[in-house]
Amino acid sequence: MTRVSAILPERGLADRLSTVFWRRPKLLLLLLISPPLLWLGVVYLGSLAALLLQSFYSIDEFSGVVKEEFTLKTYGELFRAANMDIIIRTLLMSTAVTITSAFVAFPIAYYAARYARGRWKAVFYLGIMLPLWSSYLVKVYAWKLILAKEGIITWAAEGIGAGFLLDAVLALPWVGGNSLSTSFIGTWLVFVYVWMPFMILPMQASLERVPLSMLEASADLGASRKQTFRTVVLPLAMPGVIAGSIFTFSLTMGDYIIPQIVGTSARFIGQAVYQFQGTAGNIPLAAAFAMVPILIMLVYLALAKRGGAFDAL
Amino acid sequence: MTAAVSFHRVSRHFGSVRAVDQVNLTIEEGSFFAMLGPSGSGKTTCLRLISGFESPTSGEIAIFGQDVSHVPPNRRSVNTVFQDYALFPHMNVRDNVAYGPMVAGVGKAQRHAKAEEMLALVKLDGFGDRKPGQLSGGQRQRVALARALVNEPRVLLLDEPLGALDLKLREAMQDELKALQQRLGITFVFVTHDQGEALSMADHLAVFNEGKIAQIGTPAEIYDKPRTRFVADFVGSSNVLPPEVSERLGGGKRWSSLRPEALRLVAPEGARLAGTVTGLRYLGAGTRVAVDIDGTEIAALAPSGADIPGVGAAIGLAFDAGALHVMEEA
Repeated sequence: MTRVSAILPERGLADRLSTVFWRRPKLLLLLLISPPLLWLGVVYLGSLAALLLQSFYSIDEFSGVVKEEFTLKTYGELFRAANMDIIIRTLLMSTAVTITSAFVAFPIAYYAARYARGRWKAVFYLGIMLPLWSSYLVKVYAWKLILAKEGIITWAAEGIGAGFLLDAVLALPWVGGNSLSTSFIGTWLVFVYVWMPFMILPMQASLERVPLSMLEASADLGASRKQTFRTVVLPLAMPGVIAGSIFTFSLTMGDYIIPQIVGTSARFIGQAVYQFQGTAGNIPLAAAFAMVPILIMLVYLALAKRGGAFDAL
Repeated sequence: MTAAVSFHRVSRHFGSVRAVDQVNLTIEEGSFFAMLGPSGSGKTTCLRLISGFESPTSGEIAIFGQDVSHVPPNRRSVNTVFQDYALFPHMNVRDNVAYGPMVAGVGKAQRHAKAEEMLALVKLDGFGDRKPGQLSGGQRQRVALARALVNEPRVLLLDEPLGALDLKLREAMQDELKALQQRLGITFVFVTHDQGEALSMADHLAVFNEGKIAQIGTPAEIYDKPRTRFVADFVGSSNVLPPEVSERLGGGKRWSSLRPEALRLVAPEGARLAGTVTGLRYLGAGTRVAVDIDGTEIAALAPSGADIPGVGAAIGLAFDAGALHVMEEA
């Protein structure tokens, strides 16, 4: 019998490297996570900090020069009637978009998680993701055409004799307007359409993790379908609903293109930030405006946590 | 005696698969009934037919004489301990146990008192505030049991209740379940693939094979007098002898079974069965000796301390006249 070495020979640099990593697993971890950590820490959190800093500066009304002194004056400006209007309008729109998305997305996500199998699951993912493949601008302009006074919705409504219904909707105070494409209803519809995948996917992921036996246990103990939904399905799906709502809510809060293309001339936070940092050159006020959605999201998450939305995590 | 559960020609087909095929079954009130079989034999589907998670393709199911074939699970006076326990992760142990009374509209104070009572029954007093995720497997199993018992079901169904527990805990839980059933006096129906568990716990059991009941009876009947080759082999891994061999041993031209523990190792000269040892398996309490007799492998269980021959040695096997059980299968 020939003597065989218990240790196999090292083959090249890759083998030697992998031996080093095997002996010091933390070194590999460090190498893997340092680029994203640098990205998140320096580029993202750094710019956020810079933004926060800017929001505490103010602008000299006469010269238009940014005064680098700490003051709450800029935040005070947010409470002017015109600016407050923008904040409240954006907040209401984001809330309406989020609630609508949640209601529309839930049955779709539930179907996908509970019933879709094999090929139908693929069809589901494709159907949800496909709209994301085309440019956001193309979709928004398409919607402008669909919703326009000469667009397909008006045409179809008149064709089936429901023109009066459309007129009644457009005659509603605040949300109505000359046509769907120049009303808040139009803005709301486009927002719901564009952000829908971001609501469906997290919801579907959380519903998928609810085992069937849990629903059976609930029925076994005497719960009706309604009771099972309220006491088991909804609480277990809540982390997904919250995750989805964070997407739809914050995306709506920050968007400045959709309200510019579809809707009234009234401004939203995103448009205000865009104008203040651009044409108006008022970086501090733009920064203060940009802090508003962040603060609102923090309050929202704190409330959700207190309400027990993350108990199932 | 009233029948707690009865099946009349019940079938459940999934597409072309006959998961349950024309099953007739009566489970008497107050009994501890086991459904035993390999996976895919239809035992779990039968349990789900009783709980209402499956509807029969044909036939009738009655619980205490009432036809429940088309009654939804939430309206059956039957509760289940699930294989994965299915505890609600977002509720603490007390709320999990109080879930049944809660959906029935019982007030908070009253249902919590009831839950504490049930937790005491399964020896989990003081665990009410914990979440299921903070419990061990054995504790979760007890919570599942308490939750299923809180509604005071007339029949308790247990789906492989001990499958996820380690051996020591499983044996302790077997004794406890048995004691609990005797104390409460309600009918327990439990599904298992572990024949030892079924034999030691049940007072009646049904052996399932390919969607049908192969045999139904008391543990002693099933163990001592298997009706088919399948039952003899599945319950207690008996030696199954082909008709020619049983005829030679004086049993008639039918399949027969011989329990390994009924066989004694003797000298090959003049023995009724003689052959060579082909394998040994040490089992602690004894050694399983595989013997090749004219091409048929027969296993004998030699008690510890006995002289164990080596592999390849010639050996004889002896047994008492009553040990050879001739089955119905020809």
